[in-house]
Amino acid sequence: MLAFVLTLVLLLSIVIVLAYVERKVAAFMQDRMGPTEAGPYGSLQSVLDVLKLLQKEDIVPAAADKNLFKLAPILIFAAVFAGFAVIPFTPDLVPAGIGIGVFYLLAIISLDVIGLLMAGWGSNNKYAMLGAMRSVAQIVSYEIPAGLAILAAVMVCQSLDFQEISYQQGALMNRFPGLEFEMNWLFGIEALGINTTTIGGITTWNIFRAPILLVAFVIYFIASLAESNRAPFDIPEAESELVAGFHVEYSGFRFAILFLAEYSMMVLVSLVAVILFLGSWNTPLPNVGPVSLAYWTTGTIGELSGILWGGFWLLSKTFVLLFLQLQLRWTYPRLRVDQLMHLCWKVLTPIALAVILIAGIWRLLMI
Amino acid sequence: MNKVKHRSGFWFAVTSLVSGLRLTWQHFVRAKNRRTPEYVTDKNYFNQPDGLVTLTYPYEAIPVPDNGRYRLHNEIDDCIVCDLCAKICPVNCITIESVKATEEIGLTSDGTKKRLYAPVFDIDMAKCCYCGLCTTVCPTDCLTMTPVYDFAEVDIKNMIYHFTDLSPEQAEEKKQLLAKQQEEMAAAKAAALAARKQG
Repeated sequence: MLAFVLTLVLLLSIVIVLAYVERKVAAFMQDRMGPTEAGPYGSLQSVLDVLKLLQKEDIVPAAADKNLFKLAPILIFAAVFAGFAVIPFTPDLVPAGIGIGVFYLLAIISLDVIGLLMAGWGSNNKYAMLGAMRSVAQIVSYEIPAGLAILAAVMVCQSLDFQEISYQQGALMNRFPGLEFEMNWLFGIEALGINTTTIGGITTWNIFRAPILLVAFVIYFIASLAESNRAPFDIPEAESELVAGFHVEYSGFRFAILFLAEYSMMVLVSLVAVILFLGSWNTPLPNVGPVSLAYWTTGTIGELSGILWGGFWLLSKTFVLLFLQLQLRWTYPRLRVDQLMHLCWKVLTPIALAVILIAGIWRLLMI
Repeated sequence: MNKVKHRSGFWFAVTSLVSGLRLTWQHFVRAKNRRTPEYVTDKNYFNQPDGLVTLTYPYEAIPVPDNGRYRLHNEIDDCIVCDLCAKICPVNCITIESVKATEEIGLTSDGTKKRLYAPVFDIDMAKCCYCGLCTTVCPTDCLTMTPVYDFAEVDIKNMIYHFTDLSPEQAEEKKQLLAKQQEEMAAAKAAALAARKQG
């Protein structure tokens, strides 16, 4: 219960910050100023936006399927929020440390799609329905390259437990029960003979441990943009072309929930990318000879310093990825719907399959 | 003629994607520079290579030119109530009522004698077309255009500006004084006429 409340509070504060940062970053990239009035440098803007949404009238269209319409936002947010349950925030802080975390996450995130269809169908509005169909088609399609890329990481790590995957990517690997005698080799090639187990830092991140995962990371990142309906894959809710996607009939608190779910999805996919590929809560600084930077910037597990350092590294890496998502939004033009499907089925999926094959072979080099 | 060469391929796509990211990043980094509210003759006015272009308007504004035509102002102490402005106004936005003074009121700042009170001197800024004709005909230069251009009102009645310096009571008093004086003059005239007839 405590984990639920803490995660919810953490998520809400990240989303509030993200909504403000998005507006400021967008403005700066377009030579504008963004919010300036509410609070210092407009920093209270997103808080006030949420307060405004909460005060609005809760409109349920007369012709809508009321049960579906009312249930959809709850289901969408619940599906995304449930994904946070298996995210390890620090070396010893996981809301629910289950052994099949990756599988659970992929499964529970897929529920999101049902919620989108419910929202689109329940609105009894052709535009909402079209938006929902597009969102769903896109999310279902891009789950395949994303899933394959995650599978490549899972094959290299030989685990579905996010916490075990996290421990593998740092100098603390041998502290995890079951990994006491595991070794990390530079680029994952034992034949090179360079043992990086105690060096840690960036050399043991998955993208260095098995460099083929760098390709998997790029595939996953592109697919995650599409899964969270972000630019340049934001056809379902392209604000310059149409009013909104599946949530065109929603207002007030229900819209706030959908908005929250969308931003939570951004945060979640970035967190998963960081955990699977970019070293999770591990520090990027390696131990170099007597200068044990990795240990200094990890803190002691089980104490406050370990929690603070772990949280700091995880969140800062996540924010770098989120910033990249925002920057992509203001850099690249939107893909056409056929280009979107082309990219997914004819480019990313074949490459992801090849990456899985290579990742399997790479795993053989690592042991 | 230079033909645009169509390029494609993996590395070309990657470099063009990276150059796009570099562009937005440069704008993001240079966002610490800002446009300053320069006057149009300033050499930096058209020369802003980078940074934010927005001015936070109510707090910052580009200065208006000296000969700009914006909100009218009448310096009523200098006004001789000659009605020329109301006559030349193409949209009839100036309403003036005048009352003759019983004695000289005083001098304007340029030395002209004032002989008329103005119980009503209204300019309807909502009607005004900002042509500036009234300011050119004004003999005492009391009607001028100010650099104020942001004076929107919620109620359109507030767009009518009252420039008179007489309260309604004072105006009534002046009218009665005038009427009394005219009565006396008429009485005097009648008396003079009667005296001439008798004589």
